Amino acid sequence: MNKIAFFILTAVLCAGSVQAQKHFTREGKISFYSDAPMEKIEAHNQQATAVVDFATGAIEFAALIKAFQFEKALMQEHFNENYMESTKYPKATFKGQIIEPGKIDLKKDGTYSVKVKGALTMRDVTKDVDTEATFVVSKGVVSATSAFKVAVADYGISIPKVVAEKIAKIVDVKVDVKLAALAK
Amino acid sequence: MATKRLHLFFTISALLLAGLLQAQDDLLSLLGDDAAEETDYATAAFKTNRVINLHSLENTAPGVMDFKISHRFGTLDGGLYNIFGLDLATIRLGLDLGVTDNLAIGLGRSSLEKTYDGYVKYKFLRQSTGKRNVPITAALFASAAIQTLKWAEPDRENLFSSRLYYTFQLILGRKISDGFSVQLSPTIVHRNLVRTSAEKNDVPALGIAARQKLSKRIAVNAEYIYVMPDRLAPEFRNSLSIGFDIETGGHVFQLHFTNSTSMIERGFIAETTGSWADMGVHFGFNISRVFTMWQPKR
Repeated sequence: MNKIAFFILTAVLCAGSVQAQKHFTREGKISFYSDAPMEKIEAHNQQATAVVDFATGAIEFAALIKAFQFEKALMQEHFNENYMESTKYPKATFKGQIIEPGKIDLKKDGTYSVKVKGALTMRDVTKDVDTEATFVVSKGVVSATSAFKVAVADYGISIPKVVAEKIAKIVDVKVDVKLAALAK
Repeated sequence: MATKRLHLFFTISALLLAGLLQAQDDLLSLLGDDAAEETDYATAAFKTNRVINLHSLENTAPGVMDFKISHRFGTLDGGLYNIFGLDLATIRLGLDLGVTDNLAIGLGRSSLEKTYDGYVKYKFLRQSTGKRNVPITAALFASAAIQTLKWAEPDRENLFSSRLYYTFQLILGRKISDGFSVQLSPTIVHRNLVRTSAEKNDVPALGIAARQKLSKRIAVNAEYIYVMPDRLAPEFRNSLSIGFDIETGGHVFQLHFTNSTSMIERGFIAETTGSWADMGVHFGFNISRVFTMWQPKR
């Protein structure tokens, strides 16, 4: 019977330590940049939510489309109304995996570059995204940055001819998050 | 006994593993669903702050200046001689400025009777869902207009106040679906001076307007303004307008047919003379071009 108790205890402790390796944010920064011949457009979302499980390498992001702020109000309206249809598709989500989560040592300050593979869902369309991410551990604070490209046509967004010179077909996306340990 | 232990061990391991896997399956659910804690405001019920002549429930966005060039040509019954009215045009040039999310102001100058107008529009309710659930948008609108024609009879005593007109309006509307919006505009127009004693200084009216999107960038609009009976001389009619909104990047083109000549409340509500039945209808347009003046703080 002692053996069983030992196993259960070990298992529970293990599970506990795995839980402590989950980090999160509700104020993740996601920005995108469209660099077209006639117009440069950028938008910033500072309210993205993200959870990273360093034990398994699992990553999840969610961002409200309406929370992207543009320099021009009309651009923001068109982004929501005509391109992203944010009432119909309110969120963009990313589910992915750090390829070698073991490379990141949360107990040791340092900069860790890892590969991330995952799937980005917008407007009900899911596409694979392969990218690199940089995790920085500094005095117990974990932050991460990443950048990747998104082809707008992949997500069923069509750009009318009249604005073809103003909106890039491929948009740069940048992610910048500061993570805190998840207490649960 | 040994098998029983093993069995117990496997059960517990399986349970723990299942728990782990489930957590991995949806990490974000660990944060809880906070969607209900945010307020989601309905936006773009109409493409601009005008339906056609009437103010729509939308305001110019904060920090944005909207330059409006509006034309109403002559009536279609002018025939080919006036190329269906295109030979004649009345113009209003306007500047609308969004001050905050709720407050907008504007100035305009109409060629018709050389009239200057200014308005203040304040949204006191915004349609939203989520944390704050409000079914409609409601705004108060007040405008003043100064007609600056030379006095018809300069020899008699003319008062400056005779040139002034006021409009007070409540705008109640709802974006019912992505494509369809509707609004009611109970209005009162006050004229300090009327031409004959048969006309009343105060003209209560009810405007009704709707927008239906035809595609992402084209919408059809209609508005009708019912004026309370016995307030106007018999030659005046209710205003009825139908038009299209066409959106290109930074511009909105509103093309329409209306039986009103004037582009300000006092005129299109209380002084519309054209008759749809007799082709007394004007082709017209509003062109809106927006400029970002400052970046509102979020």
